Amino acid sequence: MDKKLNWFKGGLLLGAAFLLAIALVKPVGVSTQFVIADGIIWRLFSDQIIMTSKENKTGYSSSNAYLNKSDGKYAESVAHPLNYSFIFVVAMVGGAWLSQRFGGPKTSAADKIAPAVWRQRFGGRSLPRYMTVFISGVLVLFGARLAGGCTSGHMMSGIMQTSLSGYLFALGAFAVAIPVAILVYRRQ
Amino acid sequence: MMIFLAIVLGLFFGFALQRVGATNPENIINMLRLTDLHLMKVILFAIGLSSALLFVLMAAGVIDPGHLSVKESYVGVIIGGAILGLGFAIAGYCPGTGLAAIGTGRKDAVVFILGGLTGALLYMLAYASIESSKLFDAIAGGKVMLADSSEVYPALIPGVPGTLLAAGIGGVLMLIAWGLPKRF
Repeated sequence: MDKKLNWFKGGLLLGAAFLLAIALVKPVGVSTQFVIADGIIWRLFSDQIIMTSKENKTGYSSSNAYLNKSDGKYAESVAHPLNYSFIFVVAMVGGAWLSQRFGGPKTSAADKIAPAVWRQRFGGRSLPRYMTVFISGVLVLFGARLAGGCTSGHMMSGIMQTSLSGYLFALGAFAVAIPVAILVYRRQ
Repeated sequence: MMIFLAIVLGLFFGFALQRVGATNPENIINMLRLTDLHLMKVILFAIGLSSALLFVLMAAGVIDPGHLSVKESYVGVIIGGAILGLGFAIAGYCPGTGLAAIGTGRKDAVVFILGGLTGALLYMLAYASIESSKLFDAIAGGKVMLADSSEVYPALIPGVPGTLLAAGIGGVLMLIAWGLPKRF
């Protein structure tokens, strides 16, 4: 029995999450934190990836052009990861756990490797699924960073604010995602 | 205080994603192949309602328009969206739902996130070479909103009062959410 909320209550709950975030702090965003996490890991191996700077307004710079962009905005976040945005994203994992633990839709053992729609087409073996989602993850985050945001940040937060970029992002994303999903998974 | 808010709001968002079924890639895939539009209805209703409320509450002085953060429109937004769409459709995960899915014990989500960290890294390495390319040419002036409700961001439709426009769009999105059939 699938205990997920119906569209009305679900929309209410999800909408509340986006509205509360922007009302109390700022719009929800996720993909930037992947960049920050990468920066944190990179820092374990290199001294130059985050440096203090007198030129950049944030006080931080990086030998990596992307981390250095906007006066070292991302470099600063890597230097101080205990910030709102990073902790928000970590807490999301806990929130999902709470929901499943207390009344939310359940995940079966087979689901934990691959969803049923995948297993029906491609079997339940973990290696093909893992290899495929790994590459998918590369595409998703590369695309998100090129766009400057992902489905949470660009599409939902963006369209909520009537931002043109949100519409453009949704256009690009669904123009590809819908035909690809139909091609890969068919329509049964 | 910020840390407290980060924890509470993050927990709430992750909770909501799981509760509506967004952390189950099957629901995303079924939405995208148009066999089960449940999540599409959820998403449209959520955006529509929150958008209408946001602008009404800003007009009423309850929400600070300084909290708005509009992203730049440029060619890369569409192309990046398309690249994301490709991975999104195959995996059934996006950065947010993939992360939240880890909280439900999904092992493929963990691998997806590892891929995601790799993809973000590839972008960080590629950025220096592409930053001056046409990919980043602004569209319609860059950071623009449709609604005329911000002193910071120019409006694409300045003739109509922002609150009315946003509430109108929000209303349309909610109506579409209600009217969409279960499947196409």
